[in-house]
Amino acid sequence: MENNLRKIIIDDQEVGVNPAMTILQACEHINKEIPRFCYHERLSIAGNCRMCLVEVVGGPPKPMASCALQVKDLRPGPNGEPPVIKTNSKMVKKAREGVMEFLLINHPLDCPICDQGGECDLQDQALAFGVDFSRYTEPKRAVLDVDLGPLVETHMTRCISCTRCVRFVTEVAGIPEMGQIGRGENSEITSYLGKTLKSELQGNIIDLCPVGALTSKPYAFTARPWELTKTNCIDIMDALGSNIRIDSKGKKIMRIIPRNHDGINEEWLSDKSRFIWDGLNKQRLDAPYIRNEAGKLKVSSWSEAFDVIVKKINKSSKILALAGDLVSVETLFSTKELIGNLGGRTECRIFNACIPPNDRALYAGTVPITAINDSEIIFIIGSNPRVESPVLNARIRSSWLKGAEVNLIGENSDLTYGYNHLGTNLIELDKIIKNKGKFYKNRKVLIILGQGIFCRTDGYEALEVVKKFKETLSAELISLHVAASRVGAMDLNFVSDRDYKSTVDWSDVIFNIGMDEYEIPDDKFVIYQGSHGDRGANRADVILPGCAFSEESGIFMNTEGRPQLSLKACEKIGNARENWSIIRALSEKLDCTLEYNNLDELRKKLFSEYPIFASLDEVKSNSWVKSTKFAKNCLKVDLKNIWSDHYLTNPIARSSNIMATLSKNNKEIYNEKVKS
Amino acid sequence: MILRRIDKKQPSEFKFSKNNLSWAKKQIAKYPQDRQQSAVIPLLYRAQEQEGWVSKPAIEEIAKMLKMAPIRVYEVASFYFMFHLSPVGDKAHIQVCGTTPCMLRGSEKLVEICKKRISKKQKELSSDGKLSWEEVECIGACSNSPVVQVGSDYYEDLSEDSFVNLLDKLIDGNPEPGSRKKRFSSEPEGFFKSSKFKIEEKTNASVKLFLEMPFSTDRKK
Repeated sequence: MENNLRKIIIDDQEVGVNPAMTILQACEHINKEIPRFCYHERLSIAGNCRMCLVEVVGGPPKPMASCALQVKDLRPGPNGEPPVIKTNSKMVKKAREGVMEFLLINHPLDCPICDQGGECDLQDQALAFGVDFSRYTEPKRAVLDVDLGPLVETHMTRCISCTRCVRFVTEVAGIPEMGQIGRGENSEITSYLGKTLKSELQGNIIDLCPVGALTSKPYAFTARPWELTKTNCIDIMDALGSNIRIDSKGKKIMRIIPRNHDGINEEWLSDKSRFIWDGLNKQRLDAPYIRNEAGKLKVSSWSEAFDVIVKKINKSSKILALAGDLVSVETLFSTKELIGNLGGRTECRIFNACIPPNDRALYAGTVPITAINDSEIIFIIGSNPRVESPVLNARIRSSWLKGAEVNLIGENSDLTYGYNHLGTNLIELDKIIKNKGKFYKNRKVLIILGQGIFCRTDGYEALEVVKKFKETLSAELISLHVAASRVGAMDLNFVSDRDYKSTVDWSDVIFNIGMDEYEIPDDKFVIYQGSHGDRGANRADVILPGCAFSEESGIFMNTEGRPQLSLKACEKIGNARENWSIIRALSEKLDCTLEYNNLDELRKKLFSEYPIFASLDEVKSNSWVKSTKFAKNCLKVDLKNIWSDHYLTNPIARSSNIMATLSKNNKEIYNEKVKS
Repeated sequence: MILRRIDKKQPSEFKFSKNNLSWAKKQIAKYPQDRQQSAVIPLLYRAQEQEGWVSKPAIEEIAKMLKMAPIRVYEVASFYFMFHLSPVGDKAHIQVCGTTPCMLRGSEKLVEICKKRISKKQKELSSDGKLSWEEVECIGACSNSPVVQVGSDYYEDLSEDSFVNLLDKLIDGNPEPGSRKKRFSSEPEGFFKSSKFKIEEKTNASVKLFLEMPFSTDRKK
């Protein structure tokens, strides 16, 4: 490996680098900063901003764009000396000043009213590499704004035509809707004939835009970056566990932006996760409620609410705790302990989700999701990853671009890449099992298992088919969940020994922790603990207001079984309390006090009983449980995707205006499609 | 340079005529597998020859034929000035060369005539919709200046009178291209009369091509 390195000299520093690297990457390798606008690590190279110019000594007598010049293309000196690059010579300084001046010719001086101000690449680099005066007195160019939809606001006069947004929507999002029309000074970045964007990843072009041309519409003119408190959190809108940063001002969350995590979301974030924040300030439960004799929910104090619960629960009551989609591991752990003490049951597999409790290799997968990158054949079974996990879908797409073959079993949908549709049921899998997978020998096969398999009445049978299929192809497996709490709950064994329906039928008191998706039968006494006044709260007899995920620290296990810690971003609302502390307080009232008084003690106990949660940000390998025989009946059942309207799948999303708009637009697009 | 946007009024559909479609297929077949998109410029130009301009349905049809996103075709069509993004004259779109040699030889007068006879602004239709005009950069026939281009034909050595005459003829039919001063090509005027050099052909090659090529409904002027 060492021999493959090519020696070059960058600013008198000799360094050996991979010849396939570009000069810009080589400079970054030794921490030399090269300014750039159009270059982005995860997009193709455009080389059109010219900001990254460097001097190649002995090369052509002009500065070269370092982002588009590879180390292997550099010529050695006359006596075989390593090529010399200068990044801070006079020529480079002059070139950068010149480029900067050209970029600023048509850029409006509206930094004081621009949302990008304070985190603007153009602003920063003009300060660092530009000159402090302008020689331009002619009229400036003005460009009409484009309507890209409810998320991305455009100020196209500010655009410097770096084409990052065009490359992103074409390459990563897979929806070539944007382009650069016209030429020269008159060229414009625009969507095709004023169409709005239809991608689930469009919010990322806001981050990518190095200037203020594309900004966030919901966040517009609400805050300045330096006023914001930045907290590292984990996204719970899907089960991917994207790393996010919540920016808040006082009590209010102003925006959510992604953090880089190569193993999970790279640096992308889905629109649903990014624009959910207005839902966190609306429809909140800020005080306990009790349903009175008239059947109306009335505000009460915590002690009154606890009294009602204590009166209702006695030794003979059959308590069932249901786990919703957005609950942290700590809350589930304390609930499980409390319910265990009371002799009740717990269940996280809402609505007949068939997940075998002790088969971690099945519900958390055998490989981390980075395995998608180098798999050669991908089977997607019973899922539409484009809506269930848009960021994961972008990863599948990048693998497809590199030549991977994608096969889909389940509902036909536009996934932004080409795939072979192998039918809507498992018959095709059975065929492949029968011919012993002869077309897939010695290939890296990956199965992505969606909720279409888990969430059906004969799910256990269907899972055996998939397991057999996996063994036949000696494939790897990823389970794509949609509930952020699901894998964590499974790891906590937050399950009962019966199926969902009979457990619900058995119970008479239901302790509902943030489960809003499915109806609860009428004859139960329901305690709802959650953050939003949604379906679950409507059905409840007692409501205990808890914190939303942004207001408390918590661990979330993502779909590949990677525990991640989300921090507390802002203060709780009204009389709400942290979820684990509600359970702790309740346990005291019910005479079975849990033995921890703060979150640290709780975590200590959690880690000692379930050490898997202690290894934060690690994906443990899971041992495979062999498949057993399956009945043929399950082969003919069609697979159904779990979400019909993916923008409105949880209480936070349903409280969000932005999500409601997106959902409406989505339906309109869908109806148009059906018409044509 | 002016910003060009696609016209607001668009036809409902576009289809290549039978001959043009088979021609387009031949163009596409010229390129190796997965490189068919290279045929975008020939196809756009043929669509323009057929309709007079490149419409939105034409862009989308070509995108479909080449398996490209419509925006990629639109990018190309909007980049090259030779593609008209709004309707042009039914009979002819007159491209008046306005670069220095033609300007010195009187192209500004031709532009004045266009403004009077056709429309005040470039790229606008005349009131009867038959003609439109625009001023273009050098079209490379400086020695026969001033020159106008209509479709693929050059009308050279124009004067005010001969240009007005040409406009009338363009409305009625398909006038013969070439020099209006009866020059063979770019030789000095009267050269072949006084010189010992003689020439057998009556017309130069491009006029000959015009005369020999049958008039086709597939390709407008």
